[in-house]
Amino acid sequence: MDLYLPIAEMSVNALLIVLLGGGVGFLSGMFGIGGGFLTTPLLIFYGIPPAIAVASSATQITGSSVSGALSYYQRGQVDLKMGSVLVAGGMFGSVIGSFLFRWLQSLGQIDVTIGIIYVVFLGTVGGLMLRESLGLWLRRRRGDDLPARPRRHHPLIAGLPMRMRFPRSGVYISPLAPFFVGMLTGVLTVIMGIGGGFIMVPAMLYVLGMAAGVVVGTSLFQIVFVTAIATVLHASQSQTVDIVLAVLLLLGGVVGAQFGAHAAQKLPAERLRLFLSLLVLAVAIRLAVGLTWTPPELFSIQTAF
Amino acid sequence: MRALLLLLVLLAAPLRAAEPRLVTDLSQSRIDISYRFAGAELLIFGAIQYPGGIAPADPPGIAVVLRGPADPLTVRQKERVAGVWMNTQALRFESAPGFYAVSTTAPIRDLLDERNAAIYEIGLRHLQLSPATAADPDTTRRFQDGLVNLRSREGLFVEQPYGVNITDRVLYRARIPIPSAVPVGNYRVEIYLIGKGEVRARSTAPVIIDKTGFERDIYLFAHDHALLYGMSAVAIALALGWLAGMLRRRVA
Repeated sequence: MDLYLPIAEMSVNALLIVLLGGGVGFLSGMFGIGGGFLTTPLLIFYGIPPAIAVASSATQITGSSVSGALSYYQRGQVDLKMGSVLVAGGMFGSVIGSFLFRWLQSLGQIDVTIGIIYVVFLGTVGGLMLRESLGLWLRRRRGDDLPARPRRHHPLIAGLPMRMRFPRSGVYISPLAPFFVGMLTGVLTVIMGIGGGFIMVPAMLYVLGMAAGVVVGTSLFQIVFVTAIATVLHASQSQTVDIVLAVLLLLGGVVGAQFGAHAAQKLPAERLRLFLSLLVLAVAIRLAVGLTWTPPELFSIQTAF
Repeated sequence: MRALLLLLVLLAAPLRAAEPRLVTDLSQSRIDISYRFAGAELLIFGAIQYPGGIAPADPPGIAVVLRGPADPLTVRQKERVAGVWMNTQALRFESAPGFYAVSTTAPIRDLLDERNAAIYEIGLRHLQLSPATAADPDTTRRFQDGLVNLRSREGLFVEQPYGVNITDRVLYRARIPIPSAVPVGNYRVEIYLIGKGEVRARSTAPVIIDKTGFERDIYLFAHDHALLYGMSAVAIALALGWLAGMLRRRVA
């Protein structure tokens, strides 16, 4: 079924976009991730102009994260104090990101920058996750006891001034550290159309040393606000939010997430983490190939600059 | 003086009458882009009126051009830098049509010489794109070819060497395919009658391509009230996500 997108100014197969949203939704339901790092490259691969793919993907993430954030909140698994600092950082970061985006666009280097950031971040996170889950699996096979992870923030963080107590997260650290983490994800949200959970969650656990129980809820809380701000920024600065595209993705994503969550219950958690790390690495490798292999088309057109 | 002018007019009248005239009509003078729009086809047809109603023995040459609004743009070329392909060179063109289609009875080089083709901008090779960046002719040519190749692949630049059908040396007909990614704006159809390597007659007609209904409302909303549009988009996404969460809990 062909549907004309009013902002992207092109006709797409609506069913295919819903299926794309559904597929990503399935994976996000299964692994508990936002899936923006899959949606944006897939949309660009389909032929949606990159700026519109990035902006509309951010809008979709707002919708797909809100119900999760609410249910974590109702179960008391959101640290509002920590969340507010992360959102403040995210706001600051998204404004920086939107300037950075336009500057890179005027230089003609936005696509290659997005590509390199994806490869570096996904490659690092995927590699770390793979190492951890493989190590866990090997140790379990040998029948060793699992060592309890010492939960402590990174030594660098301890040196920052103005330490505060975050009772819910069980840490006593400077708010500058979570502010910086929020800022980094805010920049990435605006530039790449991702929630940034795959960077924020490890950072909260291993850098800030937050209690595991509030990490996912608090990161969803931050993602809802920062992707909403990113949507408004994109809409008012470059008119790149295609609401029809975002709604199509959401429709598929909602259904897909149901099946994904169902499938996740049948698989052991370590197996899931292993699959997720392989998926993340596969996307990183695919993008690295795209950056380094001779492209079929050397020219590109940019209007409005 | 007045007598001289009158004489000139009298002399010119039969001369003008000796030139053929083109009569043109279109299947539609307005193409609406609605939510179902997946491309369209514009039929351009008409007749050649010869003086005295007698068509010459050799078949006429016709070129039909559909031209969209021109905008400035930048063409960039990728090069490998430290193993990664990135944009290095760029060339700016001041006026590149967002859509350009030409349909002819025979290949353009068989109809017109380079000079005349360039004057009337008939053919993709002869578009006047007004490069704004100072560069040598070879570089300009390379970027211009890159632009034409890209737009041709997207169906935005079209060249149909045998696209015009002629019936009885009088009626002509051409179909121009319009892709879904066509830019909106004021278009112009130009029809040229070509004989002995020169343009003998021409006629033009306007075409409007614009969004309509829901698509148009959304587009205007997004551009005229950008901030409000952004906030509405957030509200819609939040409402949909929240509703989905409610349903999920109801089902579970």
